[in-house]
Amino acid sequence: MAANSRCIIIGASHAAAQLAPTLRQQGWTGSISMISNEYALPYHRPPLSKDYLAGTKTAEQILIRPAAVYKKCDVGITMGVTVAAIDRPNKQVMLEDGLALDYDKLVLTTGARVRKIDIPGVELNGVFYLRDLNDAQQIKMFTGANKRAVIIGGGYIGLETASALRKIGMQVTVLEAMPRILQRVTAPEVAAFYARIHKEEGVEIIADVQAVSISGDKQVESVQCHNGTEYQADLVIIGVGVIPNTELAEQAGLKVDNGIVVDEYARTSDDDILAAGDCTFHYNPIYQRHLRLESVQNALDQASVAANTICGNLKPYSALPWFWSDQYDLKLQIAGLSQGYTDVIVRGDIDGSRSFAAFYMREGKLLAVDAVNRPQEFMFGKRLIMQGNQLDPAQLADDSLSLKTLLTS
Amino acid sequence: MPRVTYIQADGQSQEVNLEAGSSLMQGAVDNMIDGIVAECGGSCSCATCHCYIDADWIDKVEPAEEMETDLLDCVSEPKDNSRLSCQVKVSDALDGLVVHLPTTQF
Repeated sequence: MAANSRCIIIGASHAAAQLAPTLRQQGWTGSISMISNEYALPYHRPPLSKDYLAGTKTAEQILIRPAAVYKKCDVGITMGVTVAAIDRPNKQVMLEDGLALDYDKLVLTTGARVRKIDIPGVELNGVFYLRDLNDAQQIKMFTGANKRAVIIGGGYIGLETASALRKIGMQVTVLEAMPRILQRVTAPEVAAFYARIHKEEGVEIIADVQAVSISGDKQVESVQCHNGTEYQADLVIIGVGVIPNTELAEQAGLKVDNGIVVDEYARTSDDDILAAGDCTFHYNPIYQRHLRLESVQNALDQASVAANTICGNLKPYSALPWFWSDQYDLKLQIAGLSQGYTDVIVRGDIDGSRSFAAFYMREGKLLAVDAVNRPQEFMFGKRLIMQGNQLDPAQLADDSLSLKTLLTS
Repeated sequence: MPRVTYIQADGQSQEVNLEAGSSLMQGAVDNMIDGIVAECGGSCSCATCHCYIDADWIDKVEPAEEMETDLLDCVSEPKDNSRLSCQVKVSDALDGLVVHLPTTQF
């Protein structure tokens, strides 16, 4: 690599914040430019629905790295600029304002955006989606003790938001279209646990109900459902999933399939264009299938792989996905992916306490663990998944037995 | 600003100045010190910011809470002076602190 080589990173995301300094650590001597359509240095997104929303952390406290680090690494960051297109034959990035930037290596860390719903009234003041710092900042102008919030969508974002809003004394109702909350991501037992906790914390959860319209005179006042019920609201937050930002890649003719397709070295179908994080569709050797993940772990690990690839150091990406969700005094840690499970084994009192672990099994092997206030089950669970041994359900359920004893050394 | 020395498992050391009130993890990330992964960004969820507090300093550091000690039981090569660096806040009282890093966070 030459000192005049140019690396452009599109999207000032979690992956970008990992990628740029790693490039320097790996010896990239050329220029590094980050282009972002937001107006902030890369920040931690998870606190937006947790500590930031509840007011216990400021925007500055959720920055991934301080400005000084980018300066020290000589990383140029252009904010508030949207990339219009990638011109692969000329190896240029075309900006919305007409400017063209040359690249030698291009990395797409474009992330994902919220899935929108199309019902009357979504444009009203006080109706929000939650993905960016800007969304969270605006939401905060509508929060306040004893005000009423309606959350559309009972996934992790919706439930974390409910928890944060309860913390500041709001009255919260969660509307879920599926028969239960967390339908896509957890077993019924775990969903029932969260439904109980939210009820104990004063949140009203209504499942099997579809929001069909939002009403108000300029400002939101209520949400109407398909069955004729209506909920008063000073604030509405919609959290119904995300879709990957693949348009730039698609328009440039790169392979896209439920995300930007990358190989184990984070390369797209063009060797000089790489991608990392939520926007990618990649092969996971542990689960032996292609995945698109929405997680910090994936953004960090894949970005490190991409930086290494750019510097000529080919290290294949292979990591066990993991996730976390903080709600009230509950710390949920999720190891692995549960899709395709046939049995769930529970350790601990899931019906009465605030601590348990759920093991997702298939053919006697552990696929994934949901651990609530159980860091050991999470940590050892990760290793048990990686080891891939046959496990005895009775031992997994036995709370007196440390999971450590089930590991083969 | 408290001065902290991070020593890698291979003996290489880096001395940096940290803002009082920031964590040992953030100090490592801000100064691009290898060996601290910190996937969860400091929410005591991932145990990838494991470090050892130098024996001369262990008594001066606030003790770990239960969630942290539970996580520490599961890291590779735990020792009596093991801590998650995201949970250790630096202060002027810790000026000169020496921290040792493990060979791996996984």
